[in-house]
Amino acid sequence: MAPDLILILPEILLAVFAMAALLVGAFGGGDIRARPILWGVAAFMALVGLLVGLNPPAVGTAFGGAFTLDGFARFAKAGILLGAAILLLMSEDFLRRRGLLRFEFPVLIALATLGMMVMVSASDLMTLYMGIELQALALYVVAALDRDSPRSTEAGLKYFVLGALSSGLLLYGASLVYGYAGTTLFSGIVAAAAAGEGPQLGLLLGLVLMLTGLAFKVSAVPFHMWTPDVYEGAPTPVTAFFATVPKLAALALFARLVHEAFGAIAADWRQIVAFLSVASMFLGAVAAIGQTDIKRLMAYSSISHMGFALMGLAAGTEFGVQALLIYAAIYVVMNIGTFAFILSMEKDGEPVSEIASLNMYSAIAPGRALALMVLLFSLAGVPPLVGFFGKLYVIRAAVQADMVWLAVAAVIASVIAAFYYLRIVYLMYFGAPREGLDGGMAPAQWIALSASALAMVLGVINLFGIEGLAAAAAATLAGA
Amino acid sequence: MGIAPLAFYLFAATVVVSGFLVVVAKNPVHSVLWLILAFLSTAGLFVMMGAEFVAMLLVIVYVGAVAVLFLFVVMMLDVDFTALREGFVRYLPIGALVGVVLLVQLGFVVAKWTASPGAEAARMAPAPDPAMRQNTAALGDILYTDYFHLFQLAGLVLLVAMIGAIVLTLRHREGVKRQDVLAQMYRDPAKALELKDIKPGQGL
Repeated sequence: MAPDLILILPEILLAVFAMAALLVGAFGGGDIRARPILWGVAAFMALVGLLVGLNPPAVGTAFGGAFTLDGFARFAKAGILLGAAILLLMSEDFLRRRGLLRFEFPVLIALATLGMMVMVSASDLMTLYMGIELQALALYVVAALDRDSPRSTEAGLKYFVLGALSSGLLLYGASLVYGYAGTTLFSGIVAAAAAGEGPQLGLLLGLVLMLTGLAFKVSAVPFHMWTPDVYEGAPTPVTAFFATVPKLAALALFARLVHEAFGAIAADWRQIVAFLSVASMFLGAVAAIGQTDIKRLMAYSSISHMGFALMGLAAGTEFGVQALLIYAAIYVVMNIGTFAFILSMEKDGEPVSEIASLNMYSAIAPGRALALMVLLFSLAGVPPLVGFFGKLYVIRAAVQADMVWLAVAAVIASVIAAFYYLRIVYLMYFGAPREGLDGGMAPAQWIALSASALAMVLGVINLFGIEGLAAAAAATLAGA
Repeated sequence: MGIAPLAFYLFAATVVVSGFLVVVAKNPVHSVLWLILAFLSTAGLFVMMGAEFVAMLLVIVYVGAVAVLFLFVVMMLDVDFTALREGFVRYLPIGALVGVVLLVQLGFVVAKWTASPGAEAARMAPAPDPAMRQNTAALGDILYTDYFHLFQLAGLVLLVAMIGAIVLTLRHREGVKRQDVLAQMYRDPAKALELKDIKPGQGL
């Protein structure tokens, strides 16, 4: 038991810290303690993230193989924890000024992060489900955090109902897989799938339903319908969180599930993932064109980006997993920067999310406009920025796996998607002048925006070494 | 026919019929009562399978607590169920279509179901011999030893649900008078009472 507990130590630390923070908040005066709790939770998550990323106490499997801490899980966990910490710091100013900074918010974010850590380490259907539920339940609550706003409660309810539906599909699939394989361990499922012959109907139906459930979580087309409404309705810091860290966790879980549990029937799931990928890329690119609200636009943008990330997975190779990890990491950094800017968008003290309010923004704040321009170019995948390399990796993965059609489709979709990113840049520099945004930017947001924009430029030198890290992580998951 | 098959068919038929009546009953209170009957018959089925612990749990937790809570909720909340069913006819075709598709798929699975060759063995492997190990002890092993981490995670999920319910619904209202037990106990008669000496025939 003791070695098992050492493997799961980061999770235990975070859980204990979150509960301690909850006690401090509940008995220490409530929301007046919200700021120190938020800072404490963010610092602690960053610390645990560094612990997992740099020097974990051990690697291996625990609890009879139901929990795995390998290079892949470490990569994803470090990204999740650091990303969540930065997002918490970024959102403090916004929440405080709208009267939404309640001490439960950082606690719920910490518990959601804990759920994501369990997700990326899950190597058993039951661990997978518990991780997803812990994460999702906390996110449903924070989506409705602004409980006096009908939009926010609508977002929370919509997310809850559709999330429950997707969990139901996932569970249905999981029970069929269990019925076929006789075990819930990924290692057992892959062995059963390899041993089976003929059409393995139960396994295939289970696979399809499980992938459907996961496609909901990563908001891949055709299971994306909740995304724009939830992103628009939820308070902006919550939207920023939704668009980044949970996506990374769900992609990592997706990759682990298909490689570890269904590795023996790769031909079957590769078709499904390839379809999800193409549909998401195109729908995300086309539907975003008509949007006038930047939060809705970012929702479609995230759908499109999920399509690109899934393309790496559709390749079904070790390089594909590496490309997926690189793409997801770059995506998270770009979105953190972009949302740091969106968090600061306000007029007369009220948050604004209209795209038209950015007209001639370059005249108001040239520095921020420049940083946002770099990020938007990077999101569009314009060379030589880092976003381009992310797309290059996944396209190379598809070509190497003889999926040239998928690569061609990706290039076309990225050209379409470039239109709406560049339109914002056009409006910022050449739009019809009108009374635009006022108000400053909190230091944490300013740092996040400029650091992320700088990373998009400087990263072209060696991608900050992320390539090697992702390669090592992918090797532990999909390596022969 | 022996007594065991007879009991099985009795319980099974009761579950199916009462389950159906839960859905079609017009009055929601009746639905809950039918649900309780379904739970009780299911408990009977569990007893017949030798799972006496689960059977008792079902009676105590589901019938005793959950169903009674349901009953209170439907009796106390004035939910207009006819309004809830307004769109029923409109969405019936698409609902029926989805239902038929799912049913056909299920039919495929049941008809063509093949389990992996090792599935049966894998499923039975952790189950101890019932003669050697009691139900309750075996369940305890699984819950608190084998799946210890899942049990703890389930606890965290419930904690999140509790925090969520409080975050979304609790409102601190101004001017609410709350009981302060300590203040009550430390009340001093000297401060709370005032003795007045009233002369006869005068009043205050």
